[in-house]
Amino acid sequence: MTARQTTDTMPLLRVQNLQTHFLTRFGAVKAVDGVDLELAPGEILGLVGESGSGKSITGFSILGLIDPPGRIVGGSIEFDGRDLLAMKERELRRLRGNDIAVVFQDPSMTLNPVLRVDTQMIEAIQAHETVSSAAARQRARDVLVKVGIPSPDERLRCYPFELSGGMRQRIAIAIALLNRPRLIIADEPTTALDVSIQGQIIHEVRELCRETGTALIWVTHDLAVIAGLADRIAVMYAGRIVETGETDEIIHHPMHPYTRGLIDSVPSGSTRGARLHQIEGMTPSLLELGEGCAFRDRCHRATEQCRETPGVTSLGNTREFRCWHPETGGDQ
Amino acid sequence: MTEAPILEIRNLSKTFSQPVSLGGRITNLFGGKNRPVNVQAVQDVDITVESGEVVGIVGESGCGKSTVARMLAGISTPSGGSVRWRGKDVAEMTAKEHRAFDLGVQMIFQDPFASLNPRMRIVDIIGEAAVKHGRIRRREQRDYVGSLMEKVGLSSAYIDRFPHQFSGGQRQRIGIARALAVNPNLIICDESVAALDVSIQAQVLNLFMDLRDELDLTYLFISHNLGVVEHISDRVVIMYLGRVVEVAPTDALYGDPNHPYTRLLIDQVPSLEAGKRDYAPIAGELPSPLNPPPGCAFNPRCPWATERCRTERPALREIAPGRLSACHLNDTA
Repeated sequence: MTARQTTDTMPLLRVQNLQTHFLTRFGAVKAVDGVDLELAPGEILGLVGESGSGKSITGFSILGLIDPPGRIVGGSIEFDGRDLLAMKERELRRLRGNDIAVVFQDPSMTLNPVLRVDTQMIEAIQAHETVSSAAARQRARDVLVKVGIPSPDERLRCYPFELSGGMRQRIAIAIALLNRPRLIIADEPTTALDVSIQGQIIHEVRELCRETGTALIWVTHDLAVIAGLADRIAVMYAGRIVETGETDEIIHHPMHPYTRGLIDSVPSGSTRGARLHQIEGMTPSLLELGEGCAFRDRCHRATEQCRETPGVTSLGNTREFRCWHPETGGDQ
Repeated sequence: MTEAPILEIRNLSKTFSQPVSLGGRITNLFGGKNRPVNVQAVQDVDITVESGEVVGIVGESGCGKSTVARMLAGISTPSGGSVRWRGKDVAEMTAKEHRAFDLGVQMIFQDPFASLNPRMRIVDIIGEAAVKHGRIRRREQRDYVGSLMEKVGLSSAYIDRFPHQFSGGQRQRIGIARALAVNPNLIICDESVAALDVSIQAQVLNLFMDLRDELDLTYLFISHNLGVVEHISDRVVIMYLGRVVEVAPTDALYGDPNHPYTRLLIDQVPSLEAGKRDYAPIAGELPSPLNPPPGCAFNPRCPWATERCRTERPALREIAPGRLSACHLNDTA
């Protein structure tokens, strides 16, 4: 299934039938098992799923950051018409941090604790371009202003431990923006932050994507966060994309029972006093996954037919899902 | 009032202080002026919890909500103020009464991976306290633990397993069963669902509500997730920089927030209904508790702050029956 872009221009990123497996002594763990994605320049895609759904591994596969025992065993990843999987490590290095940037969940993992912020930012610029330190410093300062950091000159001279978590994450985002990338992969960048800081960061990131035309893949488990941010959403379950479409469509007319379940289990004021809808059971072990729909044991609509792997059903231009018995309930 | 509230805390405070370092003490001998650094983590917090209620405590990291929980659970000692349990001051309790209070208040922690001893079997993790406190005999332990496990939705066949053999959601259920084992009246949930996936979070929240009906429990539910708190709480307490800034019934608080901080916080909550919208972020960050701003602690970030807010600290006052707020703007309106 292809999470297809909305416009007709040439896609910036095209992932086809990506398979990333972890070869353990218990067998192959199919963390990503046949994922298709397309992303246009400037587009924001929300990649949603629970722990173990393969959403982060999909992101890391695009970045070429899969370490043994993990391995990309099949499929293709094209960025701007170039095949990333055929690239040498040296070419990939030139691309990473330059054309494709990444923001991780934990900013204290991104930043080197013993280097000042300016040292790290200048290093990130000079790794890709021959510019003077003064010019690089100026650019680092400009980017800090852009992500909304007050008194940037002072912050540049700080060590990471002197900054709060929200500030550190903003610096991590600033570093990702330094070389004006065309694609940013953000892996749960606001999960560890407070709501007020999360609001600020989502606001800034969206502005930046609009301004600079940077495409963004925002990996998260929180549908509520992505509903206010993404153009399109792809929902992952057990290594596969089970449903994809435009944000409004997914939120208001989910087709896959899993998407429906995820949306209904978000607690809020309108659910007070009532029991939350809950998806029974838990995510299956990726080791024992056989034929058929991986969600069938937790699905209230499952039948005998679900023992066969469901194919892709297309609805219109951007809407696709994998289910034998899609939801027909209409509006939420 | 017919019955004393199950829990009443008044002017509860906690100060953490960092003593002067060796080098600092040496320079002090030569006339240095190093003083211990004090952080007022919690200042003059008043919270009343009625029996059977679910009270939510909300605030950003560093606002002191977990410190309040830890003081109530007896993990840390308050620096000032009083805690009354069923109308009786905890400080004046006899040893026996104090034991009843300790068992009556149980806590469920955030991280289901860090809060279970990895070298103990489930039968002991859940059953140890009940045996130790004489609630059951040792030979009854297996049956007792088995029934508790069934109650929280775990198969009692797993009774001899170790924590690492369970998933995050299952471990959180083990933590719940452990808290229930001593028949508590008040359960303190400190970010108890924050580490769980959405579908598992829904299961655990439902479990909390089922147990409340079944066992007549009272909850103090601490979270930074406003959606979860709105779903589960009857009343909500909003904390900012160690102080309570607003207390209100859930509907009133979410429908008509009074304090500017509450208003801005509720605007930040991402929700499915909102769709594509513009966030109007709260400017600035939580000030350092080491150096809190004078006057109202929220004044540097408040769009409506006046001169008075910068100099005088607003008291927590009743603004409507059952509603408290600490804001000067209520005087002028």
